[in-house]
Amino acid sequence: MSAELTEPTRVGRLNNLANWNVAIIAITVLVLIIAAASVDSFGTGQNFGFLVLDLLPIALVALPMTMVIVTGEIDLSVASTLGLSSAFMGYLWNANQPIETIIPLCLLLGAVLGAVNGFFVTVLGLPSLAVTIGTLALYRGLAFVVLGDGAVADFPSVYTDWVTGTIGSTPIPNVLIVIVVLAAIFGVILHATPIGRAVFAVGAGEQAARFAGIRPGRLKFWLYVASGVISGLAGVLWTLRYSSARADNGAGLELAVVAAVLLGGVSIFGGKGALPGVIAGVVLLGSLQNALRLSDVSNEALNVVTGVLLIASVLGPNLANRLRRT
Amino acid sequence: MTAVELTAPKRSSLDFVLRARELGIIIALALLVAVTVISNPRFLSGQSVRDILLNTAILAVLAVGQAVVVITRNIDLSVGSVLGLSAFTVGTLLQNNPGLPVVLALLIGAAVGGVCGVLNGVLVRYGKVPALVVTLGTLYVVRGVTYFWAGGSQINADELPPGFLSFGNASLLGVPMLVLIALVALVVTAVVLRNYRVGRELYAMGSSPQAAQLAGIPTGRRTVGAFLVSGALAGVAGVLFAARFGTIDAAAGTGMELNVVAAVVVGGVAVFGGSGTVWGAALGALLLTTIGSALAVLEINQFWQQAIVGGLILLAIGADRLVAVRVAAGLKKRGSHVG
Amino acid sequence: MAAQLRVRGVSKSFGAVAAVRDVSFDLHPGEAHALVGENGAGKSTIVKMLAGVHRPDAGTLELDGTALALTGPADAKAAGIAVIYQEPTLFPDLSVAENIAMGRQPLGRFNTIDRAAMVAQATRLFTRLGVAIDPNRPARGLSIADQQLVEIAKALSVDARVVVMDEPTAALTGVEVERLFAVARSLRDDGAALLFISHRFEEITALCQRVTIMRDGKHVSTDLLEDTSVDEMVRRMVGRDLDALFPKQDVTPGATVLKVEGLTRDPVFKDISFEVRAGEIVALAGLVGSGRSEVVQSIFGVDPRDGGTVQVAGKTLKPKNPKQAMAAGVALVPEDRRQQGLVMELSIERNVTLPRSRSLSQLGFLTGSSERRSAKEWTERLKTKYGRLSDEVGTLSGGNQQKVVLAKWLATGPRVLIVDEPTRGIDVGTKAEVHRLMSSLAAEGVAVLMVSSELPEVLGMADRVLVMREGRLVAELSRAEATEESVMFAAMGQEATV
Repeated sequence: MSAELTEPTRVGRLNNLANWNVAIIAITVLVLIIAAASVDSFGTGQNFGFLVLDLLPIALVALPMTMVIVTGEIDLSVASTLGLSSAFMGYLWNANQPIETIIPLCLLLGAVLGAVNGFFVTVLGLPSLAVTIGTLALYRGLAFVVLGDGAVADFPSVYTDWVTGTIGSTPIPNVLIVIVVLAAIFGVILHATPIGRAVFAVGAGEQAARFAGIRPGRLKFWLYVASGVISGLAGVLWTLRYSSARADNGAGLELAVVAAVLLGGVSIFGGKGALPGVIAGVVLLGSLQNALRLSDVSNEALNVVTGVLLIASVLGPNLANRLRRT
Repeated sequence: MTAVELTAPKRSSLDFVLRARELGIIIALALLVAVTVISNPRFLSGQSVRDILLNTAILAVLAVGQAVVVITRNIDLSVGSVLGLSAFTVGTLLQNNPGLPVVLALLIGAAVGGVCGVLNGVLVRYGKVPALVVTLGTLYVVRGVTYFWAGGSQINADELPPGFLSFGNASLLGVPMLVLIALVALVVTAVVLRNYRVGRELYAMGSSPQAAQLAGIPTGRRTVGAFLVSGALAGVAGVLFAARFGTIDAAAGTGMELNVVAAVVVGGVAVFGGSGTVWGAALGALLLTTIGSALAVLEINQFWQQAIVGGLILLAIGADRLVAVRVAAGLKKRGSHVG
Repeated sequence: MAAQLRVRGVSKSFGAVAAVRDVSFDLHPGEAHALVGENGAGKSTIVKMLAGVHRPDAGTLELDGTALALTGPADAKAAGIAVIYQEPTLFPDLSVAENIAMGRQPLGRFNTIDRAAMVAQATRLFTRLGVAIDPNRPARGLSIADQQLVEIAKALSVDARVVVMDEPTAALTGVEVERLFAVARSLRDDGAALLFISHRFEEITALCQRVTIMRDGKHVSTDLLEDTSVDEMVRRMVGRDLDALFPKQDVTPGATVLKVEGLTRDPVFKDISFEVRAGEIVALAGLVGSGRSEVVQSIFGVDPRDGGTVQVAGKTLKPKNPKQAMAAGVALVPEDRRQQGLVMELSIERNVTLPRSRSLSQLGFLTGSSERRSAKEWTERLKTKYGRLSDEVGTLSGGNQQKVVLAKWLATGPRVLIVDEPTRGIDVGTKAEVHRLMSSLAAEGVAVLMVSSELPEVLGMADRVLVMREGRLVAELSRAEATEESVMFAAMGQEATV
């Protein structure tokens, strides 16, 4: 019976997703235009560089986070993984390891931390929310254990300059290449490979996916590993950008990432979402924060915007749906 | 068919599991205290115990409220921020009205928190936004509002009325006032949850939201009510925080939600609702606080504290899952028989 | 006899879909009233109106001559209407006694719950029902049958005058059905009005005095059971005769394709051995709960197994590996279409091509065009009706959904096709198409293993019938030996009384 009954809303939801994607991209463009017009230094090439650097960690971590949320799970430990990766980098640098060894080790560490999440969620079958709140505390705590509350600086300028530098004489920052390449890879995997098909199937109906020969546990495990590796990479880039390895680097970033992903039209219940929308969500969030900061709004107050956007990203479509139905 | 004589066991398997869970924390606590005392006997001195209890009081009040929400299969991550807002509000009021009675300060704190809680509850229930998303959002919104209001300012102990500060240190029959307030919150909540229909309905909602709806439980009002309790208790905790530390800025209680969730989970409240007690949550708060103090006494790097909190969360949910699997297997075997 | 509850001209629409249109019937005290109709006929909507979950758009419900305005489940409860759903709705974490008393717990001093009285009440109810369930144990882990007994105890505890049972027997074994019926009869004889919804006519004749038939949301007839016959009821339900539904092509079976030996999964099934040859249709019959679905799911590898072997064309399949089973040419059209067969929120094309996304990719990439082409081809072959291939599969009717599941698996080119309740809840026309399809697949040399609870389907389609009872294979009947009686006898065992 319920098949017929839910029919109208189901159709509605599908359209809504497409609409939301278009809407979020339109809103993003609009915010960029308004910001450029009303905030003096927003539209400058220099600020573009800052904007991209500010976006960098959110943009990177949002990529695997999108896939994790589409499968119906969540990873709240990403910012702590970033912090532990940064602390580990500082620790190894203090131990006089060459940077060429340190960076792969940080990525490996990220993979291990992701695998720990994956193990608890897929092998023991524990709720990912609780597991990653636990590892959020655990990884951040370990970061402090590794590095204390000091900072390690003096990373080789070749690397720090590359991260903060631009391509030739253009205002395009080097790290934009990293973002574009990884976004392309994740976009293709999610939308144009059997793995991506499996990700959506698992999120929308895990049992049916299993009956089609997909192994949801294995898939989710590797997504957590991917999430860990990218968070580890974000930790490395964060450290190089500020030339400062600190245990509290990236604290609270998980909120911005989840906000950007949900803002991008990904359903918190899994099964729905698209990467272009997420990219728009990241840009929207980043440019709003950037424009407000240029207008002298304090960092802490910016969190109000992030928090409101996070709630609105889920509340908005819900209310629109309800209005449409009545 | 013949009638069957039933011999109901005195204590149900349900109660037994819960008791065992709380017993586990008490044993862990006893071991921890024993080890620490061996290394440094002063750990059990009056002042040291008093400090632990005072710190536990604030965390326990938050954990009791959190447990109520988690039992209904929700979560409230905004409690740390609500504590901060309440502390700053009450601090500012006391700064300007030194004559404000402590009871009124507590009520104002509870009201500030209650409003935040209702906002959370309404968004969760009527906005149909998952509690995780709502309270992650309000965590930042409420904190941001406090920063907006406070700017960089800080309220110092010498700006607060002495009467209020002495309340933070006062004792009744040797028990610190803050601990008494926490105990009252704990006992009242425990009795309501266990012995009143309203309380049982919260468990029912967490155990099966669908069945709760069909059973005619007013789930909307109850959800908002649970968030109201959590918010109001976070507000009370804010006043206790102000009285205990005397120094309040916009960052008060930052990151506290993590310890609160840890206390609740370690205390055996199931993350997916329906089971656990506020006693467990309060014991979890006591254990976490004691670990913090023990680390200092054992001269272990304080930085381990947060890592231990994280590890305990994982350990607790992992252990609960294993126990649940075994209990479920046991229960399946105890089917009924036709008489 | 005065009517206890009158349903008068109720209608209910959901969006553009009219689920119930102008339906009237009366329930009398001390009488069991059957409500029958095909899936989608509107029975569940009627149940939900009586439960206070849905409010009728038009028409009224009357209890003892006064109109009832049910604004929610609490109102229905207060009016003395108890509903027992197919899947019981208990609180797993709470004790059985508390489940029974929820919302009406006996109160003692200061309005606190009197636990001793609550447990005593549950004990009293279970004694009256003649069952031994510990009132102190949590509801988690109770069998479905016991959960239903708890639901009935709940109904008893409120002295429900109207008891609605929505397909309560669907998941019960024969013994459990008997026990449930004994309880239902005593409720009825104590003066309650029963509304009983079931697909099984033998149960309806065993319990009910009156029957209301619905079709396409409309009331067809209400009669005393003694004034009608099963044939007549079926005719009214489907709106035409059932003959010519089961086309069967004769086939000469070829080599053995599927060989199952000693398959065991404690305590669900034990020591299952059989073979299916190319071109054969073998039915796996038995009561719901006898372990049939679990056997086929274990063969396909989505469920684990404790022992035994599965071979497909001589190749041994590893346990718990659906991928390998698929590669060996096994396809499973599962029992639960909505949960297992389809990803309801994904599009038709994604569903049809889900098991083959790897083989449809080029260099590992999918642009969508190869999937679209393949989905179009297979949905057309199965004459599936849909708007666009990108529509969510949940928007289709039950029959068309089943065609999508079949398309999904036929496209993999299976050598062994396992179908579990292939025609459950789909309309008669589609049913015939599905049967024709299975028959022609067999003729092409596919080995077909069919789990079915519908005896006419089993008898009409199968070359051989395997019968399971309580996890064991108890009979193998050739086409000539298989009759309604012989299959049912084997399925229910010696102590069968129906």
